[in-house]
Amino acid sequence: MMNAEFRISKKAEIVNQKLYILMSNLFIPNPKEAESIHILREVAAQFERPVLLFSGGKDSITLVRLAQKAFFPAKIPFPLLHVDTGHNFPETIEFRDKLVEELGLELIVRNVQDAIDQGKVREERGRYASRNSLQTTTLLDAIEEFKFDACIGGARRDEEKARAKERVFSVRDDFGQWDEKNQRPELFDMLNGKIHLGQNVRVFPISNWTELDVWEYIRTENIEIPSIYFAHKRDVFFRDGLIWTANEHVFREEHEEVVEKWVRFRTVGDMTCTAAVLSEALSLDDVVAEIRESTISERGARIDDKRSEAAMETRKKVGYF
Amino acid sequence: MDIQGRKLIKIATAGSVDDGKSTLIGRLLYDTHSLTTDKIEAIEKNSKQRGYDYLDFSLATDGLVAEREQGITIDVAHIYFNTSKTNFIVADTPGHVEYTRNMVTGASTSQVAIILIDARKGVIEQTYRHFFISNLLRMSHVVVAVNKMDLVDYSEEVFSKIKADFDELVVKSDFGEDQITFIPVSALKGENVTRESEHMPWYVGNTLLDHLEVLEPNDLQESSVARFPVQYVVRPKTEAYHDFRGFSGKLYGNSLKVGDKVALLPSGNESTIKGIHFFDQELEEAAPGSSITITLEDEVDCSRGDMIVKVGEEPKSDKSLTATLCQVNSKALKVGQKYILQHGVNRVLAKVDRIEEKIHADFSGTEQTEQLKLNDIGRVQFRLSKPIHVDSYKSNKSNGSFILIDEGSFDTISVGFID
Repeated sequence: MMNAEFRISKKAEIVNQKLYILMSNLFIPNPKEAESIHILREVAAQFERPVLLFSGGKDSITLVRLAQKAFFPAKIPFPLLHVDTGHNFPETIEFRDKLVEELGLELIVRNVQDAIDQGKVREERGRYASRNSLQTTTLLDAIEEFKFDACIGGARRDEEKARAKERVFSVRDDFGQWDEKNQRPELFDMLNGKIHLGQNVRVFPISNWTELDVWEYIRTENIEIPSIYFAHKRDVFFRDGLIWTANEHVFREEHEEVVEKWVRFRTVGDMTCTAAVLSEALSLDDVVAEIRESTISERGARIDDKRSEAAMETRKKVGYF
Repeated sequence: MDIQGRKLIKIATAGSVDDGKSTLIGRLLYDTHSLTTDKIEAIEKNSKQRGYDYLDFSLATDGLVAEREQGITIDVAHIYFNTSKTNFIVADTPGHVEYTRNMVTGASTSQVAIILIDARKGVIEQTYRHFFISNLLRMSHVVVAVNKMDLVDYSEEVFSKIKADFDELVVKSDFGEDQITFIPVSALKGENVTRESEHMPWYVGNTLLDHLEVLEPNDLQESSVARFPVQYVVRPKTEAYHDFRGFSGKLYGNSLKVGDKVALLPSGNESTIKGIHFFDQELEEAAPGSSITITLEDEVDCSRGDMIVKVGEEPKSDKSLTATLCQVNSKALKVGQKYILQHGVNRVLAKVDRIEEKIHADFSGTEQTEQLKLNDIGRVQFRLSKPIHVDSYKSNKSNGSFILIDEGSFDTISVGFID
């Protein structure tokens, strides 16, 4: 009984607060957005040459919007870097170029193909061949070429167990390696970006966002995203319970039959490691509703994580995002 | 509030090894349908491989390979779940050797602490420490979850004894009785976590989840005076914004509004707030927690590390400082050593003048020492290269705390709470 009364009085309090807010024009922040903006400003202030790692996916697109907000009315004070595997969805590349043009941003593109041609990495062969892990070499080369000291990425802690322990400012050594046992504790809002020459920091401003947070934000802010996030007809084939894109970049065995299905993508990475989901979601509202009801986690459709339970952690240790 | 109008509650969890903390969090995730099919499948597969006849939810949160091998959690992990009304962020902090460092870290970004107690073991030394840290960091609310009630026949007597033992600690703390809540649970069986227990009719309070949902973040925030540390100066130098000079930062303590008379520290210059900008919106008044950009009526000198406050509400400014320190790095803090002190976004050099005492994190008193080692807590006096503008941690958490950075490794080695 007591609890019920307590709740009613709480409710009245909330109503009162809302009235006060309406009457006084008091701006109430979205705490996750405010935190991300705070982090992006710390990057601009603490580092000499930051860069935003842009994949054309919804998370890095959200980062661009947050960066716009952080520095408005000035332009975003750092360039975007796209590590292009050459196996990206063409819709993503088109979208990238349009966004850069519209916002007057500086875009740097470095290609995995170059590292392959130079013999620095060897292309994977066979059934699960992907260029996803080859991106690491190209990224590390770009960091060295431009002397980037901070790389801003759209990774979130809710994506994967190893990411759950990632810091907002994650210090990497000269080899880009992540030392998970020797991470700097992050206390309150204070971010320590002091590093030695040769070290760099991976920065994750939307660490505390969930997949649903990102989608709801995109909807509320009316942010444009690549068309492959919405349901469309596509030639696909089924393997290991996942839906793969059928085209020349993705290895397919003869018996794996190509069918046309209504699908969309929940993450946008390299074609060889991004599986589609069956979907009829044509609008952002549909997508948000679908995510809410979804019972498969986002990375469940990432083929690269399915390789082993420790897949992500292993890749992170050698310098992956 | 988030964009959907849901409130955000941040929780730090603390428990000893085998208290079932990961199981409790896994249970919260499972019962709120926050675990997805593929994650549940992975848990089922793993539980089976290990020969368990139940679902080991702890596998949902123990992230790193080393942890899975040893079956313990070695670093702070962040976990997210939500109900229709509330967004939750859980900082899951491990309960073994490095508990102090990890719990202080997790608690620094949380409002509520959940302290787990194994009903079979009762209040143990670790419980003292977890509660000591909750008190040191001035958590708004503490939930004492007495777990494994199924293993003590759901005994009210056992629960009451633990509560009575714990109350002896509460008396030694700064907490009021209304800030502490006791809940008997079985995380493994899911009793009083999100569903009421049939086996404990003697318990009339809320389930853990119901209790967490009743908490209001506004009540959990300490209201104080406005502090606006300048993070970044925005100068677009474009045609449309030729003369725009905005001071960006995150606002703490209280709101600021257009027309407020403000002082700039350290210069002491005064001006008036001309505009408050959030992206393309011009605001009249911004609540604490906002990341905004402020413009002033006058052309005054102001740069990163400076602070904007209301006239008449200036914080104290000093070149010496006494604080309670927690050492969060294996490198010890020593008398006579110099460190980089980061207070908010401002950095100065700090020299350790004196370590007054080391404080036992179990309410058992203090001792003299020349150094603070990892996980030690102590009271330390510093001299600074330049004055900083501080409040006591008690009156303003963000303006009353700082970190120390080692000049050699640049690692964060301690966190301080100002008197």
